[in-house]
Amino acid sequence: MLDVKIKGAVGSFVLDVDFQAGIGVTALAGPSGAGKSSILRAIAGLWQPDEGHVRIGETVLFDPASGINLPTHKRKLGVVFQNALLFPHMNVARNLAYGCVEKNWTWDAVIGLLDLGGLLERRPFTLSGGEAQRVALGRALLSNPAMLLLDEPLTGLDDPRRDQVLPYLERIRDDTDVPIIYVSHHKDEIKRLADLVFVMDAGRVVAERTPNEYALERTGQ
Amino acid sequence: MIEAFNDTAVWEIVLLSLKVAGLAVLLSLPPALLVAKLLARPGLRGKAVISAFFHMPLVTPPVVTGYVLLNVFGKNGAIGSVLDNWGLGISFTWFGAALAAAVMAFPLILRPIRLAFEAQEPGLDEMAATLGASRLRRLFTIALPLAWPGVIAGTILGFAKALGEFGATITFVSNIPGETQTLSLAIYTLLQSPAGDSPALVLIGVAIAISFVAILISEILAGRWERKRVT
Repeated sequence: MLDVKIKGAVGSFVLDVDFQAGIGVTALAGPSGAGKSSILRAIAGLWQPDEGHVRIGETVLFDPASGINLPTHKRKLGVVFQNALLFPHMNVARNLAYGCVEKNWTWDAVIGLLDLGGLLERRPFTLSGGEAQRVALGRALLSNPAMLLLDEPLTGLDDPRRDQVLPYLERIRDDTDVPIIYVSHHKDEIKRLADLVFVMDAGRVVAERTPNEYALERTGQ
Repeated sequence: MIEAFNDTAVWEIVLLSLKVAGLAVLLSLPPALLVAKLLARPGLRGKAVISAFFHMPLVTPPVVTGYVLLNVFGKNGAIGSVLDNWGLGISFTWFGAALAAAVMAFPLILRPIRLAFEAQEPGLDEMAATLGASRLRRLFTIALPLAWPGVIAGTILGFAKALGEFGATITFVSNIPGETQTLSLAIYTLLQSPAGDSPALVLIGVAIAISFVAILISEILAGRWERKRVT
């Protein structure tokens, strides 16, 4: 169970959210600039809010009142951004191995899950956007994360590529038990993937919806 | 000096110069990497002042830098007197010459490395952190390998600068044959006497050859890195 209660200034607005996310896929939806990415960055320890707390189960990641602010590399979270951010000086295999901790699932299982077998010797710049995102997902999974934080992982892809990668996200959801926080403003993605949707606007969570309810709404894009 | 000037003398001068320039780069490179990483940090407070301080040897007259070194590391200097007491005095030694060259080369080593760090996508460092890599591991597996062309460029520039250093060296450690008389100082000394022109030409030829080989190595290494990255 992820428990997030944070407050802090982000650019021109104040992010002030309080929500819990359990197993499955929890989507953070809403227009650009609503603060969705800032929440992920705060959970990952890449941005420090002024107050509040971030906990995963019993583990406190951030709680300034008790002087706790775990550095990013100790938080055990898998993060995938819009840009795959593969290490350009390493081939795919070395990228996958970078944070690899074989615990809950093995190297072979992740390679199989995401069909990465044919890509291992390739250099990142030779990969298509969709392939690069699959490698990024595999790399994150292999680091044995307590939770996956996906920040618009399909937004940089054109529609055919997005349709190629979406099934892999469904596989991760269905075949692993890693909870996922999924940031997106695409209704179709959210409807297909999410179990629960928090709708955000101007730094606040303004509604909690089921994916179907959210997909039928006219507002929030 | 001119009478005794033969092949052995040329070799001694060249070897001493290479030794001085090599040690100068070794002394300068580690702190340059640290300062470059620091200066490349976004939102660093007082960046302009820190940067200006470390670039001072580039713009200060070398004689002035040599004078400052003399007053700090010389026999009566704050650090020099302590080193002297331990029998580790460096004034008028080849090690002192290397120190002078290191200080003069520092900004030239620093700058390309800093530019290479600054050009890196900051997301890569964050990504490595989310994969569990500590700051030190990120430095050695992400930041440094990606800054490799800058490190090569800085090393070669610094080596060339150290090889050609004149003003700070002669001020700090004087011009002692066999100890602190490097290529540049030897050429200058020879040119002061009418019969010195032809032996000076030998050294000038050697200086040009070393410089060319150094820059050639840097080009080859950079080219190899580029190919490695795109194949």
